[in-house]
Amino acid sequence: MQRYLLTRVVQSLFLLLGVLIVVFFLVRLTGDPTSLMVAKEAPAEQREAFREAMGFNRPLIVQFLDFGAGILRGDFGDSLHFRQPALELILERLPATFYLATVALLLAIVIAITIGIIGGSNPGSAIDSLGRALGLFGQTIPNFWLALILILIFAVNLGWFPSFGRDTSISVVLPAVALGFGSMGQLVRLTRSAVLEIRNEDYIRTARSKGISQFKIGARHVFRNASLALVSVISIQYSYLLGGSIYIETIFSWPGLGNLLQQAVDGRDFPLVQAIAFFISFFVIALTLLTDVAYALIDPRIRYSS
Amino acid sequence: MTAATPQVGFDEFEEQTWQKRLAYVGRLLQRDRGGMLGFILFILIVLTAIFAPVIAPHDPLKQNLRAAKQPPAWQEGGSWEQPLGTDTLGRDMLSRIIFGTRVSLTVGFFGVLIAGTLGMVSGLVAGYVGGRVDGAIMGVVNIFLAIPYLVFVVVVAAILGRNLLNVILIFGITDSPIFARVTRGEVLRIRESGYVESAVSAGASTGRILFDHILPNLIGPLITLATFEMSAMIFYEAGLSFLGLSVPPSVPSWGNMLQVGRQYLTIYPWIATWPGVAIAITALTFNLLGDWLRDVLDPRLRRSRK
Repeated sequence: MQRYLLTRVVQSLFLLLGVLIVVFFLVRLTGDPTSLMVAKEAPAEQREAFREAMGFNRPLIVQFLDFGAGILRGDFGDSLHFRQPALELILERLPATFYLATVALLLAIVIAITIGIIGGSNPGSAIDSLGRALGLFGQTIPNFWLALILILIFAVNLGWFPSFGRDTSISVVLPAVALGFGSMGQLVRLTRSAVLEIRNEDYIRTARSKGISQFKIGARHVFRNASLALVSVISIQYSYLLGGSIYIETIFSWPGLGNLLQQAVDGRDFPLVQAIAFFISFFVIALTLLTDVAYALIDPRIRYSS
Repeated sequence: MTAATPQVGFDEFEEQTWQKRLAYVGRLLQRDRGGMLGFILFILIVLTAIFAPVIAPHDPLKQNLRAAKQPPAWQEGGSWEQPLGTDTLGRDMLSRIIFGTRVSLTVGFFGVLIAGTLGMVSGLVAGYVGGRVDGAIMGVVNIFLAIPYLVFVVVVAAILGRNLLNVILIFGITDSPIFARVTRGEVLRIRESGYVESAVSAGASTGRILFDHILPNLIGPLITLATFEMSAMIFYEAGLSFLGLSVPPSVPSWGNMLQVGRQYLTIYPWIATWPGVAIAITALTFNLLGDWLRDVLDPRLRRSRK
């Protein structure tokens, strides 16, 4: 177990270093980053001053080491637009993104697993049809469009929820539904097929022949056995939601990281873009590591085979 | 979704002329309603893209301020002259949707072509050569997969600037790691199989093993993956347009239309509605097609057991 843990931690650190390299070079993809960040019309002296101030005139390797060393110290550079450290801005916005992604995921899990288990246990029933429809639409309806339609129906026409911001406790509902809809579809599909597979197992028939109630069979046998397959998918969906909230946060003016990234991209504030890209990747890598460790703890087969 | 996969007898593989193969595909389609629907829609969408100038009732770029902001024909104030209404500049919505098919399919097709080629070659090399080469290639692949896809695409698009070629290149490159990972997995699985082992012991050359034994077995899973990835790319392209990071605003693309529609959502809701419907139908098409292809090309992965 310790060996497995150590290997995974070292792997994750290497991944992080790789991401750092990618993020550093992305901004230099078109050559001199000055031309990305300073308007074309700016006079030559101003461009030169900017280049000097940002250190873009130094050798590439020096720039990279400086960038990496800064990150180790917690210095992600300063935002050009906000004129304050990128890290401060990110930490300020982080809770909103986590909150939104968590609510979206919980919503998706609760609805998907309920429908998946009930529907999967009764193939062909109305709930099963609903589950299959959700599974299909979750994959085919773009979340940014769903967000607009939700605003139109529930904010503009019915007036039940606010259409933007995070001022009231119910502000999270529409963005969470729009963000989590795709994950819900995926989880319904997965739960349903896991249940369909499990319900033919011998131990279910044994439980049924012993006269155990349908609910207990569902909760004790079907859900527990299906949950193993669900854990890793849920972790993947969570990182997907954390990284995928750009559209939703922009549409709903949700004060999170995705919204900040959109503003940074819009304002060509690349130091901030770099910091956000690195930070979100960091969370995804950390989340994957945690899931793997949790998985190894739950299922001994994994820690022994590797 | 529960439509049974046709049972394939060995006799159906005898003497395969292309007419027989075609007839066989036809029979497979007849037995799967979802696959049939996906196939028909796919043909229709491709034809729409090719013959857009013939089908579209109006010039998608022609502005007519006197006819601006017209609702769809069945609503009050609409006319059958513009069945789906007009946008804020009086351009015909239906014609713009029809021309938008071209942008989406072009990005999807060439994006997948580039991603598939890059990914297949690197995955093949990694899986077949193994050792350090494998370690190096998969190391890079894992780094790229660790960065949330949406964040990655948005950042690269912001750096490279908006035009069609850039968008295709971005998707082609950022999506190739997925193809590499799937190819490598398949190559490893195929290499373990008895027939490759016996070919090696019979002294077959590397080229022969690659082209006669490994490549034919890769085609099925890769075509299935390509279908789903094409659907994903169409999603992401629309999303990028929506953020103002894809093709220039003058090009009629579904994402660009959505972006305009979002600004007028509460007053002229149809401007945002139609492009979303178009995206959803296209995604549905590729998903149905992908599900069917998976069943047909890989009998091991029956849909009911997925």
